[in-house]
Amino acid sequence: MSILQVTDISKSYGGIRALDGCSMDFEEGAINGLIGPNGSGKTTLFNVISGYETADAGRVMLGGKDITNTRPDRVFELGIGRTFQVTRIFPRLTVMENLHVASQRRGFVGQLRSWKSPAERTRATEVLEFVGLSRLADEPAGGLSYGQQKLLEFAFIMIASPSIMLLDEPAGGVNPTLLRGLADRIRALNKAGVTFVIVEHDMEFVMGLCDRVNVMHHGCALTAGAPAEVRANPDVLEAYLGTDAKAAG
Amino acid sequence: MTALDVTPVGAAAPEHIPYEPPRAIRWSGTGLVLVCLAAFPLVFPNPAVTQIAVTTMIYLVAAAGWNIFSGYSGYISIGHAAYYGIGQYTVALIVMHAKIAAGWDTFTLLPVAGVVSAILAVPIGFLLLRVRKHTFIILTVAMMFILQSLAFNFSWWTNGSGGLELPPATWQGSFYNEPFYYVGLAAAVVACAVSWWVRRSKYGLGLLSIRDDEDRAQGLGIHVTSSKLIAYAASAFFVGVAGGLYAPFIGSVYPQFGFDPLFDLAVAVVVFVGGIGTLSGPVIGALLLVPVQGYFYLQFGSENLFLIAYGVLFILILRLLPGGIAPAVTQLWRRVLVVRQQRQAALARSGPGPAPALGGDEVAR
Amino acid sequence: MLVLQAIIEGILIGGFYALMAGGLTLVFGVMDIVNFAQGILVVLGAYLSYALFTHLSLDPFLSLLITLPGMFLIGVAVYWSMIRPIKRDRVIMSLLVMFAVGTIIEGILDLIFTSNLVQIHTSYVNSSVKVGSLVFADIYLYAFAMAVVLLAGVYYLLYRTRFGRSLRASMQNPTAARLVGINTDWVSAFTLGIGVALAAAGGMVFGLTNSFDAASSYDLISRVLAIVIFGGFGSLTGALLASVIMLSIEDVVAVVWSPTWSQTMFYVVLVLVLLARPQGLLGRKAVRAQ
Repeated sequence: MSILQVTDISKSYGGIRALDGCSMDFEEGAINGLIGPNGSGKTTLFNVISGYETADAGRVMLGGKDITNTRPDRVFELGIGRTFQVTRIFPRLTVMENLHVASQRRGFVGQLRSWKSPAERTRATEVLEFVGLSRLADEPAGGLSYGQQKLLEFAFIMIASPSIMLLDEPAGGVNPTLLRGLADRIRALNKAGVTFVIVEHDMEFVMGLCDRVNVMHHGCALTAGAPAEVRANPDVLEAYLGTDAKAAG
Repeated sequence: MTALDVTPVGAAAPEHIPYEPPRAIRWSGTGLVLVCLAAFPLVFPNPAVTQIAVTTMIYLVAAAGWNIFSGYSGYISIGHAAYYGIGQYTVALIVMHAKIAAGWDTFTLLPVAGVVSAILAVPIGFLLLRVRKHTFIILTVAMMFILQSLAFNFSWWTNGSGGLELPPATWQGSFYNEPFYYVGLAAAVVACAVSWWVRRSKYGLGLLSIRDDEDRAQGLGIHVTSSKLIAYAASAFFVGVAGGLYAPFIGSVYPQFGFDPLFDLAVAVVVFVGGIGTLSGPVIGALLLVPVQGYFYLQFGSENLFLIAYGVLFILILRLLPGGIAPAVTQLWRRVLVVRQQRQAALARSGPGPAPALGGDEVAR
Repeated sequence: MLVLQAIIEGILIGGFYALMAGGLTLVFGVMDIVNFAQGILVVLGAYLSYALFTHLSLDPFLSLLITLPGMFLIGVAVYWSMIRPIKRDRVIMSLLVMFAVGTIIEGILDLIFTSNLVQIHTSYVNSSVKVGSLVFADIYLYAFAMAVVLLAGVYYLLYRTRFGRSLRASMQNPTAARLVGINTDWVSAFTLGIGVALAAAGGMVFGLTNSFDAASSYDLISRVLAIVIFGGFGSLTGALLASVIMLSIEDVVAVVWSPTWSQTMFYVVLVLVLLARPQGLLGRKAVRAQ
């Protein structure tokens, strides 16, 4: 059952068609992979879904509801959180404060109260323990290492209990131990009901983790299916390696 | 699950050194400053001195207000003199037309000056905040000059370059300045209290995240436009109040002194020197710089030396202490504690004997 | 007829405003910094020409031979000492630094020349030329001619020389420019130098056509900024168009309605343009994030 669908999305920058009639869907409760050669439009698709860019044409549907071109803050409130290829955190705020930015509060009065409410603090501490950053809770986030920043980004998406997490190259530049830890945590959250869409280049990571893989090429969807199928698909090989690969078999 | 804890192997956990002095110190420090400020005119009743004190309070209110917007959100505005002028003209016009008695009654107009400024700040801010930070700064200046030229041109209302006069307060004698001072002090306390409240609120955290990475903040649910606008209006309120206090104090309002780019420069320098985006920054900056400026005026009276001095000071601060005095002091204090902790840890590890090289616990910033 | 005269005069005056605005927009385009000191630098140029005129009897147009290179060097020096060392928050910090530099220059000028209003009174200040029923002051014609020559020179520099190519490359993508060996520091320094030199030229004309003192810079900087915003940051052509349009509108309003309102019109136009098109006439649409 698909929870997130994009239909015929197109997006151009000047003369470049980053997305060209892209249609695909992502299965609910699954860990969906999104792969494709460089320049195929994966990050642009994420940008469009999460509202950071507006689509020129096409629709984005979340659980049957049209969320095309919704503002990023609304998209987050609707339950879709995303991370960035190059980590974007708040360097001058502490790790704890970073987390609290993302914890949502309703109402006008809620905004006026101290950001350190006990309930939120408990949840933040839980989340920090989950990603292993508890000891750094009061450090300025700008001083964290690259891997730690990735975990922080993961954490502050998590704290708002999103139903869908879009991860843009979570494995990029990350050491094997951290990678294993990340994969474990993704699985744990997935078991608890969170849907994932993961853009990745690290094939082992994707194939080992994902239930279903979508492949993009030249701004549109190429194919989709179980990891093993996709891996064996000659069109996919051709997209990545060029026609020689197909000829070579 | 694969453990991800970042403890270095074998080390005992060092006690975490906070980035801020403990609450006891902060609160007692604040109390001390407050007591000193309250007692000041009683200890130094010389009218020349108290006049500078009043100016200091006015700048403090404006600086604290300005910091709520520019400090927390990162959108530097050098056009807030617009609201200084609006505050002045509001009070002057109401006094003129509603025949408000000079003296204590005039002080009741302070909130009015603030509210009028805040109300006007909403459409102005809405227009200005449509652009990104550097275009924004320039637009604030343009906006200020628009208002100045309006003040010159709408002369049937503002009396143009002739300015408006306000009657002097009813109390005479050598204690003329004291009421202005205490009202100013009260306003400054309110401004700082609001600044403190914003800083610890969820709303304020949102502003700070906008300062660091606005798009990222928006992607986490922060309503950036309304957040910025509210802060802008709040800061306009306090700058307007400052103007509303200045007008009856000086006794006259002119377009070029109401809408004065030097005011913007002075407020910016005061907050930058003290520490932009911090709670104590505006206080430190105002208490340090405004008396110096006042003293210079008394001694030299010339504006051009003042310009040169402020310009040089601004550049020095921007280069040497870009964060300002308050963060530099807290960093220094922290560094002392960290070094002390490292020395103690090294001694504990090696027992009596020469201290080995200090290990690193500090997170490189 | 009066309107036609106003329009043409606006175009003539717009020419030399384009010099000052062009310097500003070029600097922004290459370095992402707003030279807040541009107004006072124009006044500095005016004072320099004035001093050369009163003490050496040097015709202001000729004095450019001295002031142009002189101010160019000042621009390079300011970049090297003030802007280049800034590591964080370049845009905002450099803006504030230039604001401070401008303030210092203003203080110094006020100290040296005091607040007496002065003007460069050459022999041809009041002579004019008649074309049909229209009358044009000689000065405006000379100034326009000079502006055309200088701007043509800048365009030539930008589009026909290697330096110009480096400059345009740095504008579009400083990192990539550095990767292909362009020394962006020198490009930036020279660009600020050019911007300041153009201010000198504009200042000379300003000194001929207005009585001024050190405080005149505020009015100038706000008008030049308005022009640059209108034309779009980073676009020289935009600055040119905007100067001519704004000045013509101002002149027409002064003639048709009232001179006091013409000044305000400037800003009203700016506000309207920004409402409709925040990036200005020819400015780049997406500003680099933060």
